[in-house]
Parts: sequence; structure tokens; C-alpha cells
Amino acid sequence: MFKLFKYFRWYHYMFIVLIAGLIYGQVQMDLALPEYMGKIIILINQGIQTGTPQTSEILNEGLMMLLITFGSITATIIASFIAARLGTRLAVTIRHRLFQHIQGFSAAEMNHFSTPSLITRSTNDVQQVQMAVIMMLRMLITAPIMAFSGIRKVTSINLTMSLIVVGGVVAIIALISVIFILVGPKFAKIQTKIDDVNQVTRETLTGIRVVRAHRAEHIQGDKFEVVNTDLTKTQLFVNSAFAVMNPGMSFIMNALNLALITVGAVLIGDGLLGSNPIEGLSLQVQFTSYAMTILIAFMILIMLFIFLPRAWVSAKRINEVLDQPYTIHDGSSTFDDTSRDLVVEFKHVSFRYPHADEDVLKDVSFKVKKGETLAFIGSTGSGKSTIVSLLLRFYDVTQGEILINGVNIKSYQLSELYRLMGYVPQKGTLFRGTIKSNLEIGRREADEDQMIEALDTAQIKSILNEGEEGLNRSIDQGGQNVSGGQRQRLSIARALIKKPQIYIFDDSFSALDYRTDRLLRKALKKQTEHALTVIIGQRIGTILDAEQIIVLDQGIIVGQGKHHELLESCQAYQDIAYAQLSKEELSHV
Amino acid sequence: MSNQSKDSQKPVVRPMHGPMGRMGGGEKPKSMKNALKQLLTYIKPYRLQFLMMIMFAMLGAALAIAGPKLLGNITSEIQKGIAYNPISGTFLVDINFDVIYNIVYLLILLYGLSLFFNVTQGILVSRMTQKISKQLRTDLFKKMERLPLKYFDQHPHGDTLSRMTNDIDTIGQAMNSSVSSLFSSITLLIGVLIMMLTISGWLTLVAMITLPSTTVLMGLIMKKARGYFRKQQQTLGLLNGHIEENYTNQQIVKTYQAEQTMLDTFEVHNKDLYESSWKSQFISGLMMPLTTFVSNLSYVAISVVGGILAISRGLLIGDIQSMLMYVRTFSQPLGNIAQSLTMTQTALAASERVFEFLNEPEMIVETRSVEMNKIKGNVRFDHVRFGYVEGKEIIHDFNAEIKAGQKIAIVGPTGAGKTTLVNLLMRFYELNSGSIQVDGIKTTDLTRDQVHELFGMVLQDTWLFKGSIKDNLKYGKPDVSDELMIQATQAANIDHFIKSLPYGYDMVLDENASISQGQKQLLTIARAMIVDAPMLILDEATSSVDVRTELLIQEAMDRLMKGRTTFVIAHRLSTIKNADLIFVLKDGNIVETGTHNTLLEQQGFYADLYNSQFETE
Repeated sequence: MFKLFKYFRWYHYMFIVLIAGLIYGQVQMDLALPEYMGKIIILINQGIQTGTPQTSEILNEGLMMLLITFGSITATIIASFIAARLGTRLAVTIRHRLFQHIQGFSAAEMNHFSTPSLITRSTNDVQQVQMAVIMMLRMLITAPIMAFSGIRKVTSINLTMSLIVVGGVVAIIALISVIFILVGPKFAKIQTKIDDVNQVTRETLTGIRVVRAHRAEHIQGDKFEVVNTDLTKTQLFVNSAFAVMNPGMSFIMNALNLALITVGAVLIGDGLLGSNPIEGLSLQVQFTSYAMTILIAFMILIMLFIFLPRAWVSAKRINEVLDQPYTIHDGSSTFDDTSRDLVVEFKHVSFRYPHADEDVLKDVSFKVKKGETLAFIGSTGSGKSTIVSLLLRFYDVTQGEILINGVNIKSYQLSELYRLMGYVPQKGTLFRGTIKSNLEIGRREADEDQMIEALDTAQIKSILNEGEEGLNRSIDQGGQNVSGGQRQRLSIARALIKKPQIYIFDDSFSALDYRTDRLLRKALKKQTEHALTVIIGQRIGTILDAEQIIVLDQGIIVGQGKHHELLESCQAYQDIAYAQLSKEELSHV
Repeated sequence: MSNQSKDSQKPVVRPMHGPMGRMGGGEKPKSMKNALKQLLTYIKPYRLQFLMMIMFAMLGAALAIAGPKLLGNITSEIQKGIAYNPISGTFLVDINFDVIYNIVYLLILLYGLSLFFNVTQGILVSRMTQKISKQLRTDLFKKMERLPLKYFDQHPHGDTLSRMTNDIDTIGQAMNSSVSSLFSSITLLIGVLIMMLTISGWLTLVAMITLPSTTVLMGLIMKKARGYFRKQQQTLGLLNGHIEENYTNQQIVKTYQAEQTMLDTFEVHNKDLYESSWKSQFISGLMMPLTTFVSNLSYVAISVVGGILAISRGLLIGDIQSMLMYVRTFSQPLGNIAQSLTMTQTALAASERVFEFLNEPEMIVETRSVEMNKIKGNVRFDHVRFGYVEGKEIIHDFNAEIKAGQKIAIVGPTGAGKTTLVNLLMRFYELNSGSIQVDGIKTTDLTRDQVHELFGMVLQDTWLFKGSIKDNLKYGKPDVSDELMIQATQAANIDHFIKSLPYGYDMVLDENASISQGQKQLLTIARAMIVDAPMLILDEATSSVDVRTELLIQEAMDRLMKGRTTFVIAHRLSTIKNADLIFVLKDGNIVETGTHNTLLEQQGFYADLYNSQFETE
């Protein structure tokens, strides 16, 4: 946690010192109030003894009390203000650092943490830390000051009575500790039990057709009864334990008050409190206030000890991300744009995912030039997509090398490398914004004509007619408000508008029906004529025109050539082809 | 004396929520009365416990009320025992300890009883609440079984899930903390008022002046804070969305070098969040200090006025002390009542959602049924009309005759509504008019269960449930023998794979189980084989399954189809070509029927679809 404090600047620390000062003042003022009450008690006695009203004296004390009250609240407000701003400022900085750092992560780092975990770390965990910091800036400073000042007061009045306060503190700590030790483990379990109830409900909902088709309602019902009972039992235990807590704490406080007043009476009776009985009485009244201050200080501390560890865990999770070094390093070379050639070559490339036992790609070699299309086909897990990941440097090769125009891609600046590439992933991915803003990701300075042209080529121009807004039609997060096929075509349009030298289509046509697939490919052909195209496909139809088709099986190239060659010579290719098309269909394409 | 202020306040441990927990609350139910009425039917079986709980809550509060007054009496007793000798200038102390000890014993008894009642009450409440929550969950789940599929197709699953957990939890929370707190607070309020009046009318008046200001002040702050919290939640939502989008699409951001654009948007949200965040933190952080402040003001007022009254009217110091304690106590039940009311309101809004679900119209309970003899599997569609939405018919007067054992291929572009046929065959939805007949019996003359018994189903969405492989396989027929089960898995080409798994047939399937999509499909084929129904609904594997597994699936499906009337949602041309009948779908409607050859001759939609696939330049 304190490691994160490094994001505080020196002047932030000045503010923290200021908060401490303000809180110290506030506590002293709060503790002064009972003293004035004590003075009033003495004044009352003087009044009764002497028969004079003492009104102006009492009003004087009252005025002082009023000033103190206002002073105290002013100090508190300023301290809260600074604490709230400091805590949230720190959160903003941490969040910014996290976001920026994660942006530089390659696939290896992303997978190391997993995307959902990184999202939680950047959002919830930061919120946790923010709350904890604000709590610490206020409570963790306040509680010790309250405790020390209170203890100083009570010990200066009477030691016997101070011992009773110690007893009260011990009792409260014991009560809270016992309850939390008892409940703590169960408490953590409640969430898992709720998850169980959710799980059974969700599975029944998503599988409702299957459940009904199998007349299996009772099976699901039985499962639900089990998790429901489990949840109920756990919650009952936890709630019952908490039912003891509040009354228990009230009881301890009341008992403490009673004990102090009784003992005070005895002490006054024996002339052991104050220099005279009246002063004793005044001290006794003050004493109970100080005792409560101490008790509350310890209660705050104990609560902090219970709740802060959660934030500590969050802080640790954040630090793990911030300390994670990058595995992909930027190069320095740039591309010569005047060069007419473009050659991509894989030379004996092997690749193994971090922590895996086996290579996903073994000794893969090929070469492809500008104007050509290279296609990959193979079953899932054959390593097709890995080739794309390597080409885009999401990972670096384990063995061998990838060359562009004879230079290892590791030597190029990443920005240069990506300038060349137009990548369309398997799942259409869009960003919150508009159609326009999404296309602008492809080319920042694109004008409307270029956009419409790209949409036309991608067979998605029709989307502009669906509403009034045209290019300004809004896109929800992840493109949830357009269909899967539309998402995929918009992603293609985003790549087209970039006019890259290398197109990479990673199974980008799968959500399209055959007819659209065909029209799209026809249109693409024109635009990609002078570029280098890499296609990964599942359908034979998608890839059969390619100049070079590579058949992958378990990371090894088992066939390489044109469609007709492979159909004759490659068993794996035949298997795929015949599973999709009949012999006579294949013969007439 | 800000300190003593907190003595009688209930300690602030409410573990379920963070500091921001209930701040945004206060959602209003549409019809308070109906929700309450239905909720009361759930409380009714516990009415005795409920009454006892209220009584105990009130007793627990009432017994503690006398505390400050009696403590003050002790102080007053001391004061009375102090005599001042003006001549010698010395004090004479003669305190009547008998009186004091009697008060002490009485107080111990009162505090003890109060503790007992409060704890018992708390346990009673949580027992009752948990039982009711459980009952609600059970009823909700049972209701799921009786709702027509239409409901689930129209409502997102998350919605039902949230009623099941969040809403019921909210109801439970509110009942647990607010019902009894409402009654104890009212008791406390009245009791304290009476006690204060017995001490001093004037001081009560002084206390009352400071009170409304507290309420108004708190109300204002709450309102302000709620606005900022809402704003904070909104910006937090936007920020989280942006982060999520960015991380999940990291590769796109990188390859399109959009880092800076993304970072800029991020900064905008981050800055917005800072603004709303510090304000809400600051203002909500002021609640406690301000309560203390107001209570300090009344402390000052009572000290001063009390002091003056003590001299002029003989008010005892103990009385002032009691008054000071009561003033602290007085603001607390007010806050509690306000909080209880807000919570009750939120809970009623939640119950409204729960009961809305429970009151949804159910499927008609079927009483009559026709005896089903050995069903052969002849199917007839007789003038079938259907639409999901009233007035929007998608299947118009469809007729078809299918003989037992025939294969029917269902084809059409994506989104053509191929599942509609499944819905109708399985009677998940009812026809608008016409009928579907099996061996001459209208499916509407059978119970839904009987209809379901007629079909085996293997769909793309391979629903498997959390549980052992064995339980999943025997899902449709729990009493089937292990031998028969293994016969089925062998026929489905999956026996070998299952045996290779840790724990084999007893391996538990869950999210972490490393089973591929294709293997899951094989499992569902085996499940359908075990069910051994006379008819089948199949969904062919698409290309997302790898080649080898696809061959295994095909083989297994062929075995499964043998001798059964089969409806196949077809993707493979060979299946389509070999089908006895093809249903061609477009926009939910069956636009053409026939065999491959007759359909090609028609030169219609099917021919178009077929040709588009293989035509090259």
C-alpha cells in the first residue's frame, strides 16, 4: 500500500502534515468541552453556596464552548476536504499509470494476468485503494490522537478510574475480535454461496429448452434446493453473530459508564477525587466523556484493522501490474516507403507459448510477396492464428526469424510495423462512439468519401440507410448494437480505409453468409491487388483463389501450394474439402 | 464532548456495504400497497415471531431509556451528600450509598434485560428474514419452471438473475435491519421525550430547538451527496466501459496505433471521475462530523441553560448530566427512522420486481392427455400459422407431410429463424392456428411433457450442466443402466475420450473443464441416444469444430438418425442433398419445400442460395 504513496508529490505530504495538525487541534478542542462543563458545575455550586446567580460567568463559559465547537467543526471540514481530494487525486494518478502501462502490454502480459483481472485491477482495486487512503488520512490519524489525548486526560484525573476504562477497552476489543474470528471465514463464503445460487439459476435459464426437453425440471429443482439451503444457513449464522454485536457494544458502554459513576461516587465519598468534593463531582462528570473518547478511538482502530487488509490486497494487485516488465521491445529501423518490393518471410519459425510444454508452431517457413495472397487453413488448434500473432509481434518467435524485406521484424519500430499492417481479427471489434469515429481509428484524416468507399467495399454501405444519422450513427461499447455480421464488415472497412500494404484477415468472414462472403471477396480483390494479403480461413470457398495455401496440422505445415495441387496431393486438405463440398462441386470450381 | 456523543449510537458495522452502500438508495416502488400486501403474505406464517420480535425490540429500547436518568440520580445523590460549611470553608461529605447501590443494582438488571431482549430480537429477525428469503428464492425458481419460453426469450437472463439474488437480498437486508429498528427507534423517541420532560420542561425545549436544524441539515447534505454519488457511479460506469473495451481489444488498439486516442478519452473520464469522486467523498465524509457538531451545539446550550437553571431553580447537576445523555440519544432514533423508511422503500421496489416475476402468467396446466402408444414418427404440418408477436405472422399456412424415418433438412441464411421450427415442434411456443400431428395425434392433445418425450435434441449450443459426466448423460433418463449408457457413448464416439479423463465418467463438468466444443457435442449426441426418442432435432456442427472431430460427430449423428424421423438444421451440402425433404427458411417463414433437385428446378430462393456458394468469378 505504502508503495503506492510514491505517487504522492512532496507537497502532498505537506498536506498530510496539515491534516494531522488540524485533526490534533480538533481532538483537543473536542476534549476541552467537558472541561468547561466541569467549570460550569463548579460555578453552579458557587452560585448555590453564595446565593448569586452567576449568569454572566456561566454565559462566558458557554461562549467559549461555542467558539470551541465552531473551531472544531472548521478544522474537521478542512481536514476532510484535503483528505478527500488527496485520496481521489492519488486514485486518478494510479489509474492513469495503470492504463498507460497496460496499453504497452503484449499478449503474453495480457494473458499472464487475464483481461478481466486487469479490468478489475484498474477499476475496483483502485476504488478500494482510494477509499482506504481517505479512511487512513482521516481515521488512522484521528484514532491514535484521540486515544492518546484521552488517556492523558484520564490518567491525570484518577488512576483507579483509568483502570476501569482499560477494562472497557479490553472488553470491546474482545467482543469484536471474537465475532470477527467466528464470522470471518463464513463471511467470505457468503459470496461463493451466492455465486452457487446464481450458477444454478443461470444454467437453468440458458439451458431452459434442454431442461424442458428432458423433463428434467426436478433435477434442476433439487440442485437449487441444495444451494439455496446452503446460502440460507451461512447467512443465518453470520447475521446471528452480528445480532450480538450491536447490543453487546451498547451493553459494554453502558456498563462502563455505570462503573465509572459508581466508583467516582465512592472516591468522592472518601475524598480521593479532586481537592474538594465539588471539584470531584466536576471531574467525575468530565471523566465519562474522556472514557468514551478512548473507547471510540479503539473501536475505530479495530475497524480499520478489519477493513484495511482488503485494500492492502488491492494495492498488492495493482503493484503487480505496475511492476510487470514488457517482454516485447521496440526496435529502431524504419521502412523505406520508396521501395517497390515487399517480402514477408518466415524462416524456420517455431513458437511456444509461455509456460507451455509444447511448441504450437514447429519449423514453419514460407515467403510471400506484394500482390500475392497467402492463405492458411487447418483445424482449430493447428496454429493458424498464432502465425498472425507472430507477424504482428503480439509475441516474439521462440526460434527462427521473421523477416520483412530481409530485415528481422524485431529491428523495426513497432509503430513502423503497424503502419504497414491492416489487421482484421476473428471477432469484429468496434469501439464506443460512432461509425465515423471507428473508421477514424483506421485513418485519422479520412474524409467522408473515403469512408463511404470503404464501407461499400466491405459490403456494409447499407448500414448508412438504416437511420437518419448515417456515418454519425452511434456504436455502443463493443459494438453491441449492430449484428455480428455488421460488426465484422465494419472491422473490415476499418482496415480498408487504412490502405495498408499488408492485409491480415484472421478468419474474418466467418459470421457472413456465403453470398455476402463471395461479394465481399470479389470487391476486396480490387483493392488488395497491389498489397500483400494473409487470410486465415475455415471455409474452402474463402481461400481457394489464393496464390499460396498452407495447410497446418498441429503446428506443422502438411501441405503448401495452390488449391488444385493440394486437392490432389494433400490428404489433410482433402479431408477438409470433402467435409464441406461434394466431389462434383469441387471438380467444377 | 463530541466523544460521548457516540456512546449510545449503534456502532457502525454494517458489513455488507462499503461506505457508499446505501447512499444512492431510495428507489421508489410504483405501487407501494400491492408490493407490501404480497410481502405480508410471506410474513404471515411467522406472525407470532414477528409480533414477538417487535415486542422485544420495543422492550429492549424501553429498558435502556431509564439509564441516563438513573445515572444522573447517582450524581445528584452525591451532590446532595455534599454539605458546605461557609464558616469553616470546609466540605462535609455524607453520601447515602444505600440509595446509590440500589440504583446500581437496578441498572445492572435493566441493562442486562435490555441486552437479552435486543440479542434475542436480532436472532429472531435474522431467522425470520432468512426463512422468508429462502422461500422467495424457492418460489422464484419454481416459477421459472412454469413460465412459457416466450418469457425467457423476451427477457434477458441477467434480469431474472438479478431478481433472484440482488432483489431478494435487498428485501432480506431491509427486513433484517429496518423493521425492528423502526419500532425500537419509535419507542426510544417517545421514551426519551417523556424522560426529558420529567427532568425539566425548559431543558427539553432547548433540546428541541437544536433538533430540527439537525434534521434539515442532514437532509440537505444527503440530497447533495446522493447527486454526486449518482454522478460518480455514472462516470465510473463510463470509465469502466472504456477500460474494458480497451483491454479486450488491445490488439486492435496496438495495430492501429490508437493508444493516444484511447488515452485521451480515458483522461476525460478520469478527470470527470475525480471531480464527482472527491465531492461525494468529501460530502459523505461530513455526515458524521456535522452530526457531532449539532449535538455539540445542544451540549453547549444545555450546559449553559442547565447551569443557570441549577442556580435559580435548584435543578440538580445529575439532571443536567442525564439531559446531556438524552440529547445524544434523541438524534439517533430520528436518523434511524429516516434510514429505515428509505430502506423499506428500496425493499418494496425490490419486492415489486420479485412479485412482478411471480405474477407473470404461467403456462396452462394440462389435465387431459391422450394415451400414447408406440409412436412411429409420422409428422404432419396442417395449415400451421405462427408469429412471435401478435399481428406479426411469420409462418403463413404451412403444410407438409413427413413419413416415419425421413430426414428433413432445414436450411436458410443466418438469422432466418431456424430455431422457430424447433420451438414449434417441441411446443415451446403454441401455434396461432392449425396443428402439428404426430401419428395423427395433434400435439396439443398431448401434454407438453409427452411432446418432449417424443424428441431427442442435439443443438449447437451444447448445454451441459455442472455435474458429473454421468449425470449429464443420464439427464433425460436418470434410471438408465450404466451398460446402456456406455453403449450410447461408444456409438457416439466419446467413450474412449471420457475414459481418458481424470475420474472418467465421474468427472465434474464446469467452466474449468477442458472439453472442446466438438467433444461437448459428442456428449449431447450420446445424451440423445440414451433418451432414445422416436424423433430427433439436430443442429449440425459448423466449421468452428476441427476437421477430425467433425468427422466423428458426423458418424455419431448418422448412427443416431438411423430409423428416426429427423429434423436437421443443416450446414453440410451432403446432408441437404440426401434429405428426403428440405425446408427453406427466410425471415422466419418457410418459403420453399421440396428435395434438392426439385428446388433447384424451381429457380427460387434455394437455387439462388445454393449457387451463390459455388459460383466463382
